[in-house]
Amino acid sequence: MKTLNRRDFSVAVAAAILLPVATARADENAMEVHIDNFVFQPAELKIKLGTTVTWTNRDDIPHTVVSAGKFRSKTLDTDDKFTFTFTDAGDYKYFCSLHPHMTGMIKVE
Amino acid sequence: MSGHDHGDDGVSRRKVLECMTWAGTGVLWTITGGVPRSLGIIDSAEAATAAAPGMTFLQISDSHVGFDKPANPNALGTLEEAVGKINAMPAKPSFMIHTGDITHLSKASEFDNADRIISQSKLDVHYVPGEHDFLDEEVKFYRDRYGRGTKGQGWYSFDAGGVHFIGLVNVVDLKAGGLGNLGTEQLAWLEDDLRGKSKSTPIVLFAHIPLWTVYPEWGWGTEDGGRALEYVKGFGSVTVLNGHIHQVMQKVEGNVTFHTARSTAFPQPAPGTAPSPGPMKVEDAKLRSMLGVASVNFKQNEQRLAIIDTPLQG
Repeated sequence: MKTLNRRDFSVAVAAAILLPVATARADENAMEVHIDNFVFQPAELKIKLGTTVTWTNRDDIPHTVVSAGKFRSKTLDTDDKFTFTFTDAGDYKYFCSLHPHMTGMIKVE
Repeated sequence: MSGHDHGDDGVSRRKVLECMTWAGTGVLWTITGGVPRSLGIIDSAEAATAAAPGMTFLQISDSHVGFDKPANPNALGTLEEAVGKINAMPAKPSFMIHTGDITHLSKASEFDNADRIISQSKLDVHYVPGEHDFLDEEVKFYRDRYGRGTKGQGWYSFDAGGVHFIGLVNVVDLKAGGLGNLGTEQLAWLEDDLRGKSKSTPIVLFAHIPLWTVYPEWGWGTEDGGRALEYVKGFGSVTVLNGHIHQVMQKVEGNVTFHTARSTAFPQPAPGTAPSPGPMKVEDAKLRSMLGVASVNFKQNEQRLAIIDTPLQG
């Protein structure tokens, strides 16, 4: 009897801890791309129409985020951010104009 | 590493290692029968004596003025040390070339600081831009300072001591997924610039990003560099001097010697030895052995130019 009660109690506590974490997760309208070690992470991102993507440069070297004819960031020094809201569906290939071997893709559905 | 177009990497890498082993002193490179051979350990004073007469010029590169990250919190300070090293050379060089990334973020103050220090050498300096020098919104700070009398995005040529020097720009209009880029306009100008030149004229090509493919995975190469090299193929002596990779590398292909200089700001890892080509943090005591300048000597009737890489400290 006593052990059963204790187990029930534990389950209730676990649920109470997990619940707020689950609801706080993933704001569908905001996504992030990190630049680490000369790589866009994730390299490919699938998002819904209207999503705002924020790129953050976490390298010691400046980078840019450029998609020909679509968007172009200023030079991002360490910890600088660039945001763009995608209002048209399609595939957006982009790259760093300083280190063109760095490429990424945003797919907007 | 895939080996198909890197046939010479083994050789250049071995040479680099040799060079690294002797870091702390100058290593005088000489070339016999197309193979670079080190003459041994010499200090810079002896090197300068051994090099005279003939014409000697200096190469500095990648000063990244404004850089203050852990790999070197004071890039302006190490540039000043490099200039001090140049001023202490017993034989005054004829002039200096700077192979780009003068500044870290193309700020006016960074260009001003760089100029304040570099001008202490009291040498004429011929610049080519690195990608870090074209970052201001209007891309004008570099051009206002160093673009006078140049063509296109800043390329030009000049003659000194019987050698024809050509400064190229390969950091503009880079294509996604690609490497450094010269572009058709500049290549047409280059072909024209070389037209009518005697094939016995020694040629020095200098640009920021290596004109040869060092390591494409890190963008270390120039997409259309091969076309520039086609134009100089018939010349008896060609020397290609680059920066960008912040370490010494050398290889010889036929009549062409390729060489990259150290940075005066921070070292970068050897190809493929780190997750990225970014600044490499080394022990403080080791930093100055990985920074430095190069001096290049040309003697009439000698096919190869002798290149001496001198670190800031050994």
